[in-house]
Amino acid sequence: MDYISDAILNALWLILSLDREVFGITLLSLRVSATATVFASLVGIPIGFIIGTGDFWGKRPLITLFNTLMAFPTVVVGLLLYSFISRQGPLGHLGLLFTPWAMVIGQFVLATPIIVALNISATQGIDPRVRLTALSMGANTLQTAITVLSEARFALISAVIAGFGRVITEVGCALMVGGNIRGYTRILTTAIALETTKGEFAFSLALGFILLAVAFLVNIFFHWLQVRRE
Amino acid sequence: MKKLTLLTLIFLVVVVSFSLTHAGERLRLSTTTSTENSGLLHALLPPFEEMFNVKVDVIPVGTGQALKLAENGDVDITLVHARHLEDRFIREGYGVNRRDVMYNDFVIIGPESDPAGVRKAKTAADAFKKIALKRGTFISRGDNSGTHVKEMEIWKTTGKKSSGSWYLEAGKGMGTVLTMAYEKRAYTLADRGTYLAFLGKKKIDLPVLFEGDPVLFNPYGIIAVNPARHPHIDYVKAMALIGWVTSKQGQKIIKEFGKDRFGQPLFIPVAVPNP
Repeated sequence: MDYISDAILNALWLILSLDREVFGITLLSLRVSATATVFASLVGIPIGFIIGTGDFWGKRPLITLFNTLMAFPTVVVGLLLYSFISRQGPLGHLGLLFTPWAMVIGQFVLATPIIVALNISATQGIDPRVRLTALSMGANTLQTAITVLSEARFALISAVIAGFGRVITEVGCALMVGGNIRGYTRILTTAIALETTKGEFAFSLALGFILLAVAFLVNIFFHWLQVRRE
Repeated sequence: MKKLTLLTLIFLVVVVSFSLTHAGERLRLSTTTSTENSGLLHALLPPFEEMFNVKVDVIPVGTGQALKLAENGDVDITLVHARHLEDRFIREGYGVNRRDVMYNDFVIIGPESDPAGVRKAKTAADAFKKIALKRGTFISRGDNSGTHVKEMEIWKTTGKKSSGSWYLEAGKGMGTVLTMAYEKRAYTLADRGTYLAFLGKKKIDLPVLFEGDPVLFNPYGIIAVNPARHPHIDYVKAMALIGWVTSKQGQKIIKEFGKDRFGQPLFIPVAVPNP
């Protein structure tokens, strides 16, 4: 039981003293996951919108596909990405392995299906009359899309949060393609994995609390974005 | 639209801050978990980084994987401990200019009560035989690390099968295996460095039951990746790192490391006499 009380004190101390290393690790976690989520949203929201509102052959299998991809194991994504960006792989010459960008790509692959799948249901739930009204008032395709999307904005932001939640807590892929390099690709989850192997359970737990706090603060931020438009 | 502007702003901040982290030269070193987890590299590398204005990225994995990363050209240099794997690595043309850096030794640890009678063993192989006969719980690294390779070598000489319900393959690093041995009151083969680090911080209470057999000698070597095979690696900096680690100053850092915290050095340097 000492672990837990030690960990809470430890976490508080690390946060209050702004331990430089822990601060850097936390910031990198946020940066990597935020970048991946931004890219995943830029790709995932339009795809989700097109599938959700469109009417075309193969729509159902496509939805099933994205629902399945939501459960893609992180280590498998890591392994596939690794085989592509290793020097022996087809993209080896880019020198991406063991850089923060490798982790961004991995997390992008993990977040996109979630954002697509949740956007499909979000846009499907919008009353079709919204689209028709926009069209009848002379909106072009893009304006119509923006109208529908803004109608679905709550579900849309939830989708982005879900995508972010998946990647900031992810460890398998980041460990494999990031390499857990101190001060360069070490993020909260890989640091927790490392400290646990060193037997530093209280410190690991402290990092875990920081991860939880970060996820909580990000959610509060998004919630604030949601209500601000009320 | 305000929201969109805000998101764009976040996006730009994120991307710009990333491009900054790419400045400067980086040298990639794959190594075993023991050199990184013990903290040795945190003492040994910063003076080198300052001297040559290069950042060393340490990728801590088992020896097997460390050599594999070097073989693929994903790192510039590697610091490992499994002599015959290293020799094969060089023979096959993946690495050049291997140098001996330091050594420590392996120890067989286990529960104080020692149900298999390992304390009475004459050799490491004898100790393993006793464990197998009494079916004492034994935790194996099972991860193709230097320690695991050494363990397999010893099992081969006993003529006993390393399998059965008493033999647990963890597939994990040294630290995790030490914790498992402690929790399960089991035997295991450990490198002295990691063992001392865990004992010193009171994470485990298992005593050393057997030590001193020459077969338990654990030498570490540093090898540059062959630039003829992987032209993109930073061969010059890799050689500079070999130079630093085997220099009088580098060896002195190794010699002093751990004395204050664990009462004895974790590694003994061998590249120069009396560093």
